[in-house]
Amino acid sequence: MEKLSTEQLKKTASQVRRDILRMVHEVQSGHPGASLGCTEFFVALYFNQMNHKSDFSMEGKGEDLFFLSNGHISPVWYSVLARSGYFNTEELKTFRKIDSRLQGHPATEEGLPGIRIASGSLGQGLSVAIGAAQAKKIDGDEGVVYALMGDGEQQEGQIWEAAMYAPHHKVDNLIATIDFNGQQIDGPTDAVMNLQDLKAKWEAFGWEVIDTLKGNDMESVVAGLEYAKTLLGKGKPVLNLLHTEMGYGVDFMVGTHKWHGIAPSDEQLENALGQLEETLGDY
Amino acid sequence: MEKTLETKFTYTEKQDTRSGFGDGLLEAGRKNPNVVGLCADLIGSLKMGAFQKEFPERFFQVGIAEANMMGLAAGMSINGKIPFTGTFANFSTGRVYDQIRQSIAYSEKNVKICASHAGLTLGEDGATHQILEDLGMMRMLPNMTVINPCDYNQTKAATMAIAEHEGPVYLRFGRPKWPIFTPTDQKFEIGKAWKMIEGTDVTIFATGHLVWEAVVAEAKLREEGISAEVINIHTIKPLDTEAILESVAKTGACVTAEEHQYNGGLGDSVAQTLARNNPSPQEFIGVDDSFGESGKPTDLLEKYGLNADNIVKAAKKAIARK
Repeated sequence: MEKLSTEQLKKTASQVRRDILRMVHEVQSGHPGASLGCTEFFVALYFNQMNHKSDFSMEGKGEDLFFLSNGHISPVWYSVLARSGYFNTEELKTFRKIDSRLQGHPATEEGLPGIRIASGSLGQGLSVAIGAAQAKKIDGDEGVVYALMGDGEQQEGQIWEAAMYAPHHKVDNLIATIDFNGQQIDGPTDAVMNLQDLKAKWEAFGWEVIDTLKGNDMESVVAGLEYAKTLLGKGKPVLNLLHTEMGYGVDFMVGTHKWHGIAPSDEQLENALGQLEETLGDY
Repeated sequence: MEKTLETKFTYTEKQDTRSGFGDGLLEAGRKNPNVVGLCADLIGSLKMGAFQKEFPERFFQVGIAEANMMGLAAGMSINGKIPFTGTFANFSTGRVYDQIRQSIAYSEKNVKICASHAGLTLGEDGATHQILEDLGMMRMLPNMTVINPCDYNQTKAATMAIAEHEGPVYLRFGRPKWPIFTPTDQKFEIGKAWKMIEGTDVTIFATGHLVWEAVVAEAKLREEGISAEVINIHTIKPLDTEAILESVAKTGACVTAEEHQYNGGLGDSVAQTLARNNPSPQEFIGVDDSFGESGKPTDLLEKYGLNADNIVKAAKKAIARK
């Protein structure tokens, strides 16, 4: 795919945020908070960083692959997949409705292009991404494998099984990102189950860890992913701590866990859309 | 002197079914370069050493981390690899049920979950490791194929067959040395029951190690003038309902025999088939809602009522209920 400029990426992000809000509002169900918080990451990945084809093949040979572990932020992924040509944006209207390919959490059963594994039950996606990365290595495929996890998800034991495995097996074609927004359903992660020094933990497990301090600033997100790529191929997997704000882009949603899984009302939607430019045309 | 029992199938050698898996995996690996192996610190117990030695670049030691192993296997399958995971049956199912459910079964991944040391015949390790619920758990998962072969030769054939089959599979086998009574070069057809012995009075549907017990039971029943049909149900899912219904239509009564809880396994599967199509007397050989315990495999089978003598009693009871 053609790489978009930073300006184009920002315009795309604004449209993706509109899509997220409209999808969740329409069905009065879904997870807008972290979807909005990860918008820059998804847009940078699909429109600037990843080498991928919109004519989808499950195997993805020769392509970069992306795996979403925290599947509840499906709205941002669906929007980005549609906007990058995997399927028609009209289909976003069907999100979470009966007979839709856009399940509440991503799934393969309905054959939605762009999705390679089901996710939503937390803690599993990193293992899958590592397996896919090792399969590429066996084949001499130089594609990079990307994964995104939540920070609350770091409380799952399987994450640390995978964290131990990848450095041991020198899986150095993998960039895993943690959406570090400090929030989870029941409140701030510090209060629910303190993650302590996440960076030190991943370093101690043998990963090359980078901080992307401005996870909602497009230049920083792109620069962070560019830098992460330079660290590949050196015997270690790469972890990108992406510092984001949940609900970013909408003033009344930002920085709180309250919009984790709540849909906006008609008035709230109107207010929110007023803050986000329609750049590519609403679906 | 006691006269020798004349079984319709005989054996000269005993071997563990897990060795059938190990040897089958090696052959599958030689035939297909996409076959990869993963093991959670039980290479010796699962007999995966020969595969590891011949294909080190296609073998992955995962350590004691079964949840991660299931995810890795799902990920490897995405670009066309055929992953075989190896650990004990307990850690292949109950410990990682959600990983299998979401990343493998729901995601329709071509992963082969290979599970050793299943059932009471694990023996001395006791109930923590003697899983008796695995067939039920795996059978309940949509998209999952569930296979429980009876001896070394059938396990080897099944291992090679599942490598050629597209889709998630649970393959269950065990630890004890067990009679090898099926042919060396058998063709293994997934989902196709094998009528081993023809009979007219009662059908014995057996799976896994208890197929041998069923063969012995048939000989004992024959001595008493009772004609038993023995059907080897190596594939619990998809179940060969046609073969089951055809046999029970003829015999009018059956016994199911498995190294598993009554709940969820072969017995339940057959009962559901009969209830829907041809309600008939059925007796169950299995474990009656309890955990196992330490002991020698054959002593445990006797204590929990899972041997040939119990199948004989159950067959007579089923016939009496006609």
